[in-house]
Amino acid sequence: MSSLPILSLIVFAPWIGALLLALFGRNLGANARRALGLVFSGSTLVLALVVVGLFNPAAAGYQFGESHAWITTLNVNYRLGLDGLSLLLVLLTGIVSPLCLMASWRIERDTHTFGALFLLLQGAALGVFLALDFFHWFLFWELTLVPAFFLIKLWGGPGATRAAYQFVIYTLAGGAFMLLGFAALYVATGTLDFAELTRLAATGGLAPKLAALGGFWPTAVFVGVFLGLAVKVPLFPFHTWLPSAYAEAPTGASMFLTGVMSKMGVYGFLRILWPLFPAQLHAAAPCLLWLALGGVVLGAFAAMKQTDLKRMVAYSSINHLSYCLLALFAVASATKPDAAASALSGTLLQMFNHGLSAAALFACVGILEARSGGLRGLNDFGGVRTVAPLFAGLCGVAMFSSLGLPGLNGFVGEFLIFSGVFGLAPWAAAVACLGLLATALFLLTFWQRVFHGPVGAGVAAFRDLDRVEILTLLPFAILMFLFGVLPQIVIILFNPLVTTWAAHLP
Amino acid sequence: MYFPASHLWIIPALPLVAAAIGALVPRSGRALASGAAIASMVAAFFVSCLALHTALADPAAHAAHNFAWFDVGSGAMRLGWLLDPLTAFMCVMVTFVSSLIFIFSLGYMKEDANFKQFFCFLSLFAAAMLGLLVANSLLLLFICWELVGLASYLLIGFWFHKPSAAAAAKKAFITTRIGDLGFLIGLLWLYDSTGSLLFFDGGHGVLEAATLTALTGKTLVCCGLTVSTAIGLLIFCGAVGKSGQFPLHVWLPDAMEGPTPVSALIHAATMVAAGVFLIARVYPLMSADQVLANVPLHALTVVAFIGAITALLGACIAVAQNDIKRILAFSTVSQLGYMMLALGVGSWTAAIFHLLTHAFFKALLFLGAGSVIHAAHHEQDIRRLGGLGAKMKITFATFAIGMMALSGVPFLFSGFWSKEGILHAAHEWDVSHLPLYAGLAAVVLTAFYMTRLMAETFFGKSRSHESGHAHENSAVMTVPLVLLAACAILLSLLAWPSPWLQHQLDPSAHSEPGGISLMVLSIVLVAVGIGSGWAIYGRKPRATEASPDPLETAAPDIIAALAARLGFDELYAATVGRLNSGFASLADFMERWIWGGAVTLLARFGEFTGVVNRETDENTLNGGFDSVSHQIRGTGRAYSRAQTGDAHGYMRFIALGFVVLMLFVMLGGSR
Amino acid sequence: MSQLQLCLVLSSFLFCIGLIGAMARSNTILVLLGVELMLNAANINFIAFWRYGPDHAAGTGILFVLFSIAIAASEAAVGLALVIAVYRHQKNIRLQEANRLKG
Repeated sequence: MSSLPILSLIVFAPWIGALLLALFGRNLGANARRALGLVFSGSTLVLALVVVGLFNPAAAGYQFGESHAWITTLNVNYRLGLDGLSLLLVLLTGIVSPLCLMASWRIERDTHTFGALFLLLQGAALGVFLALDFFHWFLFWELTLVPAFFLIKLWGGPGATRAAYQFVIYTLAGGAFMLLGFAALYVATGTLDFAELTRLAATGGLAPKLAALGGFWPTAVFVGVFLGLAVKVPLFPFHTWLPSAYAEAPTGASMFLTGVMSKMGVYGFLRILWPLFPAQLHAAAPCLLWLALGGVVLGAFAAMKQTDLKRMVAYSSINHLSYCLLALFAVASATKPDAAASALSGTLLQMFNHGLSAAALFACVGILEARSGGLRGLNDFGGVRTVAPLFAGLCGVAMFSSLGLPGLNGFVGEFLIFSGVFGLAPWAAAVACLGLLATALFLLTFWQRVFHGPVGAGVAAFRDLDRVEILTLLPFAILMFLFGVLPQIVIILFNPLVTTWAAHLP
Repeated sequence: MYFPASHLWIIPALPLVAAAIGALVPRSGRALASGAAIASMVAAFFVSCLALHTALADPAAHAAHNFAWFDVGSGAMRLGWLLDPLTAFMCVMVTFVSSLIFIFSLGYMKEDANFKQFFCFLSLFAAAMLGLLVANSLLLLFICWELVGLASYLLIGFWFHKPSAAAAAKKAFITTRIGDLGFLIGLLWLYDSTGSLLFFDGGHGVLEAATLTALTGKTLVCCGLTVSTAIGLLIFCGAVGKSGQFPLHVWLPDAMEGPTPVSALIHAATMVAAGVFLIARVYPLMSADQVLANVPLHALTVVAFIGAITALLGACIAVAQNDIKRILAFSTVSQLGYMMLALGVGSWTAAIFHLLTHAFFKALLFLGAGSVIHAAHHEQDIRRLGGLGAKMKITFATFAIGMMALSGVPFLFSGFWSKEGILHAAHEWDVSHLPLYAGLAAVVLTAFYMTRLMAETFFGKSRSHESGHAHENSAVMTVPLVLLAACAILLSLLAWPSPWLQHQLDPSAHSEPGGISLMVLSIVLVAVGIGSGWAIYGRKPRATEASPDPLETAAPDIIAALAARLGFDELYAATVGRLNSGFASLADFMERWIWGGAVTLLARFGEFTGVVNRETDENTLNGGFDSVSHQIRGTGRAYSRAQTGDAHGYMRFIALGFVVLMLFVMLGGSR
Repeated sequence: MSQLQLCLVLSSFLFCIGLIGAMARSNTILVLLGVELMLNAANINFIAFWRYGPDHAAGTGILFVLFSIAIAASEAAVGLALVIAVYRHQKNIRLQEANRLKG
């Protein structure tokens, strides 16, 4: 088993599926195409569970490493590896992706192309989570944009073209800065290997090498990498591409964008920026804390004013991801191992939980859209709970999970973040509480307008969930309960890693 | 029989299982869902009695059982159960009242389409409430605290097709959540300063002496408060929200949109009392600063004054309400204020005693109101009721017992004793006597508005079609009333002739009998209240629903203001609501125009550069190239004329050239 | 008059005949014949200058002439092919009329 390159398999299995769909999809029936996509998308979950079984949770380093010389002249090696953080995100991808395809079951147009693009996207995202050399990490990073662009543009709503262009150009610009940063880093150190660079940074060898570049370069490298990641997360105020992209994308793509792709940025912060530039991050942290707070508070309050449900959920995503960054910046700003461990655990957990709850909420809005023929305004519905109680129940679970109700998955992560941040920057935690309140306000408004009240004019003919939709939402609900009551089953995967991070705070 | 604390989880688990059954059975499984709920509740009642028996064997012990929930870094987040008399008494009360209310609901909700869902939610509530009571960890308590909030939200909005119910549910959730945020910050602060959230943990818990001393030792730089005071006040915010204390009391009257059994169970007897329970539970923390004399503020002082204000405010507003459930709701607000007052003045045992007695008689009153409403075809306005005493004898009798217990009619009724304990404690308080005066004023008002309620509802003659056709409800609804009425009387035994309950709750407290003079004063005040109420409303009953209220004619402005609840809702809508929506608009504006605008600006700049670039290319650079190539083309065209197509001509030229060349060579040009 | 001069006079005559022929005839084949004559006049010159030149052992003149004849042959082949092509287009081979490529 050890000789099997399981990580490569995880990354490339969806791509094989994409290839098969692209080549032979035309000859298959619609359901066969969907099933084929689902099988290859589900391969990630199966393989991830295998990896969970073989994974040694007590070790903090990379496991299942694969290393092959690739471009020797540039000192580039094809390296894959996995630690608790990667495993968590691979697992999340494995859970969310098949459900995204299930939520896209109703798409009739060019199902095989849709499936192929989606699998391409999934594979690229997995590559980001597993690659350990900047060279192919960046390839995967940018490769996610291509299928995402087409998914948004071709299957999206009325404003999709504009949203897709904005999304791609904005993120591409961020990526360009990052590439520039890494080019400078390569010039300074001669390597692009994350582990190598991390080791250099930890032993203090990186700073003098960067300083040897002279001038403003050490700061510029940090800023470049930072910008690339900040756009991707997105960190306030680099988030303006997000609402329209999420809102205009087809349901399945919105789910994947928020469930998995938004985690790529946070992953980059944890994997690259924080270990490589601890000193710069520490210096910038007080300002960045304000930005993260801006995302938490203004994101939630802006969501309150949205009348488009998808935009509302998109803003709630900004709010939730800003918690992750808040915790990270708080950790970077102060040295206090206990609180840092709590904040970092919270960040990781929040990434995972937000992936589930936000994807589920998008799925719910998608179902509303499918029922009403494309309407998704806050005031277009009313009394849905009367005609579709099961849907209301499952959507309610997702909503309360997003709201951070204890007993569901969202709470534990947010609690850990808050307890950690309170220990590191009490005022920030106190201000961020406003975000909690605003989140409750707009989600309950959503719930009240859509599900409660007298049955709306167009709502009376709604049917309750069909089988595919139940199979899409039910796993989300079950997992939300599971991880809400027993967070330990996830935490055990990354706790040693977090403990090590907290113990070796720069 | 000994009941181990480690098995305490059974008490909340039983209704939780019932809730799961209720959630999973199809809509037609009414008997299964309600049967499971009631059976689990009765079972939980017996287990609670067992636990009480164990707890009373050693009242001073805090038998805790802790376990790790999940790992955080090198440590772990631990939760636990706690068995002490406070928990045990509360559990017995909650399970008993819940059982009766569940049974009552069988009759009350019989016709509802979502019958099984109702029992599912009720069981969920009971599970969360019991979890809250047995928790030995502030975190577990907070978790259950939020879950009772959820259950309350779901049940207030149970008739969700009514917009008012949906709005009330949201208002309740949001208002309590405002308080909960304070609670959360307090909890985080406590965790940060002590590293633990367990109440009792073999000397390391947050309620144990070592930790408290450390907390009082630290003071805040900004205002001189000790850390324990600050944390205590923040935790108190949660209690303010949940227990409907001023200034967050606005949600509780609106919560009456829920079905009446819900109002009885959640918004009168149990959940709203959770705030009082919370403060009683963390009482060592709240009172930790009492040992210090030179601090600017004691946490309990705030509690006492908030309680006093709430007690008086609730009683005042209740006088001017016409909806039978709203009157009871404001009465609940007022009584919760009493409990807070008791906590604040230092007698948490009196508060808990009043909590227990209040739970029984207020549940009784609400169920009585429910019985009236059910019989009168959902007519809730007391002006349109009347004359029900003759038609519904059991309801009338039991309601009268509840009313007397709430008013504090002496000796026979439990409410008298518990209220007496609070007034006595307030009298003893050496900081200020204002709370005592507020409490005494509320005694008169309580007796007055309850007499009014009785007189309008049960006396006189029927004033509407609905109440005219009312008749007594079935046994499933009256038996719980009778049982609760019996309890409202029998609970007096816990306080008379000696304050047995208070001694069980806190063996260390000194308990001296209350002063006779205070007792006489309060009896007189009750008599005044009932007498004036009877004089105004009972002697000459209202004739029609439209006939004016005697008080309203006497002082229209005051009554109108009270009827409008002193305008708190409008005030909040104008301030907090306006501020909130303004901030949201601001955030949205910044999204659209500033952050979005910056990106648009950048994009426009990019486009502009492109335009400039194109213009330069086309007009300057391309222009130059164009003219040059134009000239070249002209030259080419001119030269191409030489290409005549006449081969002989070419040859002539060649020959001519040859000749010229020859001449050149011959004439010596080669040299 | 030396033999060399005689040869040169001969070649001059030949050249003039060729030139006049090429310039005066309108039949393309005859023009080609004229061109051949001029080429052969040049060949005579090569031979004469080699034969009466300073170093006739090297055989340079012969070589020039051989190349020249080969080139003349190939030129004639191309020229005749052109003539056939022209004939196909305009059904005659009058040189004056083959002026379609004029500028």
